Amino acid sequence: MTTLEKTANVPEPRSADDASTPLLEVRDLHVEFHTREGVAKAVNGVNYTVDAGETLAVLGESGSGKSVTAQAIMGILDMPPGKIPQGQILYRGQDMLTMSGEERRQIRGRKIAMIFQDALSSLNPVLSVGYQLGEMYRVHQGLSKKDAKAKAIELMDRVRIPAAKERVGDYPHQFSGGMRQRIMIAMALALEPDLIIADEPTTALDVTVQAQVMDLLAELQREFNMGLILITHDLGVVADVADKIAVMYAGRIVETAPVHELYKRPAHPYTRGLLDSIPRLDQKGQELFAIKGLPPNLTRIPSGCAFNPRCVKAQDVCRTDVPQLHQVTEPDGAALPGRGSACHFWKETIHG
Amino acid sequence: MAESTSESGKKSGKKDEAVAAATPNVTEVVHTDASTTAEVEAVLDAPVERGEPILQVRNLVKHFPLTQGILFRRQVGAVKAVDGISFDLYQGETLGIVGESGCGKSTVAKLLMTLETATSGEVFYKGQDITKLSGRALKAVRRNIQMVFQDPYTSLNPRMTVGDIIGEPYEIHPEVAPKGDRRRKVQELLDVVGLNPEYINRYPHQFSGGQRQRIGIARGLALNPEIIICDEPVSALDVSVQAQVINLMGKLQDEFNLSYLFIAHDLSIVRHISDRVGVMYLGKMAEIGTDTEIYEHPTHPYTQALLSAVPVPDPDARERRERIILTGDVPSPANPPSGCRFRTRCWKAEDRCAEEVPLLAIPEVFAGKKTPAAHESACHFAEEKDVVGVA
Amino acid sequence: MPDVTKTPAASDTVLTSDETVAANVPAVPATGKPRSLWSDAWQQLRRNPLFVISALLIVLLLVMAIVPTLFTSVDPRSGDLTNHFMSKPEWGHVFSPEWFGYDKQGRSIYARVIYGARASISVGVLVTLAVTILGGLIGMLAGYYGGWIDSVLSRFTDIFFGIPFFLGAMVILTSFTDRELWVVAGSMAFLGWTQIARVMRGSVITTKQSDYVTAARALGAGTGRILFRHILPNAIAPVIVVATIALGGYIAAEATLSYLGLGLADPTISWGIDISDAKDALRDAPHVMFFPAGMLCLTVLAFIMLGDAVRDALDPKLR
Repeated sequence: MTTLEKTANVPEPRSADDASTPLLEVRDLHVEFHTREGVAKAVNGVNYTVDAGETLAVLGESGSGKSVTAQAIMGILDMPPGKIPQGQILYRGQDMLTMSGEERRQIRGRKIAMIFQDALSSLNPVLSVGYQLGEMYRVHQGLSKKDAKAKAIELMDRVRIPAAKERVGDYPHQFSGGMRQRIMIAMALALEPDLIIADEPTTALDVTVQAQVMDLLAELQREFNMGLILITHDLGVVADVADKIAVMYAGRIVETAPVHELYKRPAHPYTRGLLDSIPRLDQKGQELFAIKGLPPNLTRIPSGCAFNPRCVKAQDVCRTDVPQLHQVTEPDGAALPGRGSACHFWKETIHG
Repeated sequence: MAESTSESGKKSGKKDEAVAAATPNVTEVVHTDASTTAEVEAVLDAPVERGEPILQVRNLVKHFPLTQGILFRRQVGAVKAVDGISFDLYQGETLGIVGESGCGKSTVAKLLMTLETATSGEVFYKGQDITKLSGRALKAVRRNIQMVFQDPYTSLNPRMTVGDIIGEPYEIHPEVAPKGDRRRKVQELLDVVGLNPEYINRYPHQFSGGQRQRIGIARGLALNPEIIICDEPVSALDVSVQAQVINLMGKLQDEFNLSYLFIAHDLSIVRHISDRVGVMYLGKMAEIGTDTEIYEHPTHPYTQALLSAVPVPDPDARERRERIILTGDVPSPANPPSGCRFRTRCWKAEDRCAEEVPLLAIPEVFAGKKTPAAHESACHFAEEKDVVGVA
Repeated sequence: MPDVTKTPAASDTVLTSDETVAANVPAVPATGKPRSLWSDAWQQLRRNPLFVISALLIVLLLVMAIVPTLFTSVDPRSGDLTNHFMSKPEWGHVFSPEWFGYDKQGRSIYARVIYGARASISVGVLVTLAVTILGGLIGMLAGYYGGWIDSVLSRFTDIFFGIPFFLGAMVILTSFTDRELWVVAGSMAFLGWTQIARVMRGSVITTKQSDYVTAARALGAGTGRILFRHILPNAIAPVIVVATIALGGYIAAEATLSYLGLGLADPTISWGIDISDAKDALRDAPHVMFFPAGMLCLTVLAFIMLGDAVRDALDPKLR
């Protein structure tokens, strides 16, 4: 940690050892919330990595810990009641959890940016959009008011807001939902970060607008070679844009896989259940498969595998032993790179 | 219906035929001439055959006036939330209504529930125009048409117990169940929707979203209605819980012989549950037909764009599917475009589209042909296009 | 703020300011008994030290108001000029008439402080009741019906709101020669209902738009049922909070009016009158003013604290 430079300017990306260290690595992260009902264990040992230019989709239902993990990475968790008892969040090999507040601020917004679901409440209603976009440049790069405004217009053009020059003085409520989300994206992009965390970026939008925004995000990611963590509950959105997927349940990653693999051959009963339970646009279904029961209460996570009370494959061992994230292989033992399943019976799930 | 309960799960078979026989969808309304309240009630209690229209909507319009001034309000315009739509709902079927936010689909639900007064147009329930009813006759209609709401967190009164919530319909309509019988009935309903009957004294905040939605459904079922209008009933729920609720609704439809009007923005769910589907855009119906006609043979450009934009949970489809990305946003319903409402975002738009409002009818090119594309579509340049990429 | 207030159980969403956390801890029906929001609020209240202190104080005051003889056997009106003219407090003589000393008419200050609770509490409670009923009704009708009814009622409320409270009360009270308790309470209520009406109107408008109200209408429920079964129980919480805090304010206002000689008058015993009587000899005998004034402050404080505690319990999102 001592080698960290405190540069006011945007630091150069490290060259030599860069190839081996991932852009972002989360190691054994735990997050808990102390509430009156007890300790809610929101994240229980999450590991993942994202490289530059890569899209990691974190898939899960509400309460799976997917958003809490992202908030921990961004350093915007409410603490208290939140607490990180254990774990590391490595940005280019440096643990952000042990950094000073100032060092973290240097990374937040500048190196890692976040896009939220609700664009309207994330933008300040009393400031014009141009002012808010320009603020990033004025504060972080010390540009003049005029230059910052020019930069704001450039950004609005980049996220394809029509008539950017005329609209730069407009206020957030004067834009439609899709346009506001574009402004959020523009804001996140302003300082050309290495990594963008998008928390349900299109959930509040209509389907046709959703497609526009996702396309824009994917295109900008390619252009800037950014890492993207896409947090969503929508299996459809994931299939469209992700490179690899981490499925979360009750604060753990239960399955990781490259995107094509996951949909073709899920290796965890929860993933399989989710895929079977969504109706398909291109297939007129019979009765849907429904995962029985409810997601667990995080103050009382079931012992063993957290999914066991809802699982069709559950055996005694599932109620006692917490399954590790097993390396998933072909039946002949050939490795499947990037695949893991936290299920005692992953072989049965994937192969038969 | 004995035969339908036995085939829950594969409801495609018999019902499709009965419904298909009744198309084209906008049938002639057989008016009933009930003038007194008692006569109206008699009409409303008469049964409707499966496959016959039970609800007929004709040129329904709802404009919300925009006013200016505090003391002397004057009208400066109107939000044309629903601007002349017509459709039929057949007994025993599920009619899905899809569209983006602001297209007026929720207003349609409120109009059918007579929670809003229509600006003009009629809603015939068993031949009786319910938009003009009031008092006891309206109450009788409300007994037969019930609603399931979108947000299970706000649609249940947080200060009432589950028993009081589900039992409230009996207090409002005491003739349905005698007083001593109500508690048992409520417990039966809890059982029907898959909740423990012992939960009768609990409060809504003690339940999860999916369970609350079941409570909402039980309340809707209490009066033994014929029609249930579902306004986005699963969109607030978790993915794994959505399937439970959708399956429950399918089961209940067979068990209680219900007709559903299913309003949603999720096209996949609508396809799963619906026999017929109507697509709405800016207060108008763009296209309507059976689920196969709409999803596999859409002829309206808006339907095609909408379908192509839906993310399909199949990464291989990324390459296979053609995607139509529309430009821009939905125009304001206070100031809709002239002619065809969709023309401002349509890639086919020509001068004619700005001048002439396209009628919802079977397009001329397909008229008389025996093809699934021959269904009603409000486009001057309707043509078939498979965008879903059915294998 | 103690952390307790950050983890409310009485809210619709289950926990804390953080939405994701709320979603993380679903209400689990597998355990526990039926818990209404009222009982949740009560559980929360019981653990709030603010509530415990203020409630104990208020209970004490109520007992004083109802049975003052429990605390003293001396007649607060009987003066003994020869022996006790403005004598200083006798700290050792707890609960005895000379405990707080005597006023200039030789009356026991201790006894007068005890007996003064009755007038103050009565006026406070009466005015609050009247104001809640009157203001609540007007606010509810305005909020529920909207349209021209709302316009008329709201303008009417605004007119009353525009009358300065003390000026108005003084004008009304000077026209009465015989100012009994109900006259004072009545004139205060006449001028004070607007605040409750405004709170109620806003609360009803919010509640009216809830889906469960729409659901009740869809079932064919009548206006009465919708208002009293669905809207009122959900709209009343902010009114309760405002009314509790206002109660303290009304007690202070009564004392102010009595001090000015426009509120209650002898032979009624009121802290305000006693404070007024003590003002001339403030330098020589400050204790004569200290005890009634201190009691008044304590009472007002108790109700404001209670109001704060109730707000925490009923509406944790408010802060």
